[in-house]
Amino acid sequence: MAVPVAFFAVFFAYPVAAIVARGLKTDGQWRSGRIADVLTQSDIRHVLWFTTWQALASTALTLLIALPGAYVFARFDFRGKQVLRAVVTVPFVLPTVVVGTAFLALVGRGGLLDELWGVRLDTTVWAILLAHVFFNYAVVVRTVGGLWSQLDPRQEEAARMLGASRFAAWRKVTLPALSPAVAAAALMVFLFTFTSFGVVQILGGPTFSTLEVEIYRQTSQIFDLATAAVLTLIQFAAVGAILAVHAGTVRRRETALRLVAPETTARRPRGAGQWALLGGVLASVAVLLVLPLGVLVQRSLDTPGGHGFAYYRALASDDGGAFLVAPVTAIGTSLEYALAATAIAVVIGGLAAAALTRRDAGRLVRGFDALLMLPLGVSAVTVGFGFLVALDEPPLDLRSSWILVPLAQALVGVPFVVRTMLPVLRAVDGRLREAAAVLGASPWRVWREVDLPMVRRALLIAAGFAFAVSLGEFGATVFIARPDNPTLPVAVARLLGRAGDLNYGQAMALSTILMVVCAVALLLLERVRTDRTGEF
Amino acid sequence: MSTTKKFAAVAVGLGLATLSACGSSGGGSADPKTVTLVSHDSWAVSKSVLKDFEKQSGYKVRVLKDGDAGQAVNKAILTKDNPQGDVFFGVDNTLLSRALDNGLFQPYEAKGSDLVLPQYRVDQDKHRATPVDSGDICVNYDKAYFSEHKLTPPQSFDDLIKPEYKNLLVTENASTSSPGLGFLLGTAAKYGDGGTSGSNGGGWQDYWKKLKANGVKVVDGWEQAYDEEFSGSAGGKKAKGDRPLVVSYASSPPAEVIYASPKPKTAPTGVATGTCFRQVEYAGLLSNAGNAKGGKALIDFMLTKEFQDDMPLNMFVYPVREAAQVPAEFDQYGPQAKNPETMAPARIAANRDQWVKSWTSLVLK
Repeated sequence: MAVPVAFFAVFFAYPVAAIVARGLKTDGQWRSGRIADVLTQSDIRHVLWFTTWQALASTALTLLIALPGAYVFARFDFRGKQVLRAVVTVPFVLPTVVVGTAFLALVGRGGLLDELWGVRLDTTVWAILLAHVFFNYAVVVRTVGGLWSQLDPRQEEAARMLGASRFAAWRKVTLPALSPAVAAAALMVFLFTFTSFGVVQILGGPTFSTLEVEIYRQTSQIFDLATAAVLTLIQFAAVGAILAVHAGTVRRRETALRLVAPETTARRPRGAGQWALLGGVLASVAVLLVLPLGVLVQRSLDTPGGHGFAYYRALASDDGGAFLVAPVTAIGTSLEYALAATAIAVVIGGLAAAALTRRDAGRLVRGFDALLMLPLGVSAVTVGFGFLVALDEPPLDLRSSWILVPLAQALVGVPFVVRTMLPVLRAVDGRLREAAAVLGASPWRVWREVDLPMVRRALLIAAGFAFAVSLGEFGATVFIARPDNPTLPVAVARLLGRAGDLNYGQAMALSTILMVVCAVALLLLERVRTDRTGEF
Repeated sequence: MSTTKKFAAVAVGLGLATLSACGSSGGGSADPKTVTLVSHDSWAVSKSVLKDFEKQSGYKVRVLKDGDAGQAVNKAILTKDNPQGDVFFGVDNTLLSRALDNGLFQPYEAKGSDLVLPQYRVDQDKHRATPVDSGDICVNYDKAYFSEHKLTPPQSFDDLIKPEYKNLLVTENASTSSPGLGFLLGTAAKYGDGGTSGSNGGGWQDYWKKLKANGVKVVDGWEQAYDEEFSGSAGGKKAKGDRPLVVSYASSPPAEVIYASPKPKTAPTGVATGTCFRQVEYAGLLSNAGNAKGGKALIDFMLTKEFQDDMPLNMFVYPVREAAQVPAEFDQYGPQAKNPETMAPARIAANRDQWVKSWTSLVLK
């Protein structure tokens, strides 16, 4: 317990507090009057309003589109299901810059829709909403679908036998069992879209701005640290509230449901209606999820001299001038950083999860559960700048050290590790350990022979998710990655910021590579999927 | 219980190992033979010229390009107690006061400062900033569009609000882009400050209201404006840009010629010479620089004739040193503006943040 707490205190709370203090403190005096000043500005209120309503709209739209998907994944058996499940998860771990770019290539000027029908959405809020659906589809499918597949269909069948209509049976039996999962998924989607950064920054233009984007602008461009600090606090409060509600729904979900193995509930679709549903879901996945990814690949191959690999070859040369190194080295850098981040996240997250499972865990520890999720919702920009400002004095002068990037990435990885490990660890029967101990096993041996075999698969999945998320982390990394050592997403953003075909093409090529690496990692994970891991 | 302890032991071990490992690689640029330059993404110099400096001075130059101009300055300020390098290049006159007020630079009077043209000199009593280059932010026009439509291209700020140029101009967000801010300051220099009372107080606020009514489009950055929205640039043509007027630089037309193959006889774009704002870029020795001696040598080098002659075609800027050569292409395809708008650094410092704020609510919201 002490280690995760210390980790979060030093690498999260301290940097964030430092940057907030920098904005709100002048000459050693706190100036809380700034909060009221900022809140009365009409454009700040405008930002707050837009942030909230676009998050609500995105959440509603995502649920509308993804819930049928969750049903299909839970109840139907069809060929290629495993691959498809990995495919719908790829967007979730892609860096937001890449997603923004993919949508720009799809709905922007000269994009696919523009060329075909003259439709452009890049200056409208629709582009943002669709990109948010693209991103969060997997959250709903995995969270809701995971539970749905374990609900015993016989309960609903029993209700039907007793004379309930199909709808009534669903409403009275399935829906109540499912609603905590739906609520949890909705809250997660709301959280992710409420704090959306890269997507809004790229697709929103100067008119649309979320809190997170505004924090970035105020800090990095306008240099109004006071306003940025106030906005950070507002976002902090909002995210804290969302997480508190979320923790409540998670706890409810963990109680009193009779679950069965998912393999037993899925079957091949029957009848025209079910085939149509499957077809509809597959079509929506194709249009909303696969098409943007496909456009990305197509753009990376579309060179001035016809289709070819020229942009990929260009990645290996360093005369582009965007960096000191050839862009291709960003791949190696990214993998190294992500591995280090994964190691940190697994250790910290694993420890936290183990501490949270202990039966004598009190209220305080449970509160820590929600606290661990905070890094997901607190402005990555704030964390990044906080690292620069706070971790600059011995003994923690890490600013010019490479470990800074993995540390920041691990912050986002830890929540995933905790969420994946927690249900599995809770399922380990404590009496098994006691029995082993009674029979003379040392604590180490108990852990190795009782705990490890049961949690190994979950551990692998947790590591995989942490890896993929670290690989795609952008908001914080962009501030602390050294210019001569960019990660993949940072390199993509840097290339996109420069004019010219060659830079754009290279950005597309790097994005494609990143996408493939993420997809491969996720496909491997599908192979080791365990029963009770469907939180994200 | 035991699980936790085991985990904890492993974790603590691992943590200590990593921390001690990075302790050795941490710290600033301690190497006395290396000088580190922090700059924005547009920094460029001929390899041979940089080699000459390394040979003459004995220092190796490391360059850290750190985002666009504004971002690089802000990040440098946030990290000034323990800077990433020794010299910062690329803070311009629109942001200079922010750098100086926050103590980014330490005083150093570069060798050759006496050769800098008088109009570029600043901070004469403390010598914290050394001017290195200058350029003009001006509206560029797409020649083909205006000859096709038999329209005279606009020449002045006043022209831009005329009905015949409705919906033609694209500019950059003044709060996120340095040419965008320069253009705003240009209008402020020209029309003065109308005050916050707003409605018909005149001044730049009034001008921008008319500009907005005349359909000005605002995008976030120069790349997007010039390479996507503007119809006259190579990139914009490809992206099917549909705005024939863009806020860019006086040196953009020569760049269109130099980077084209085959090179056209005349530039495809022109400059509205009555819409220019003079921008000057400075270098300075960072406070707490690890290698101050090397940093000083590097700043001296930026004022040498060799560097000043080499710079224009690399960064598309004008030299600030007496008798440095302006490339023939510049005079041929886009001569420097005769009477650009200028503004005293003190006036910029006093008003910038407030103006940008009111501009944002006036034009964007």
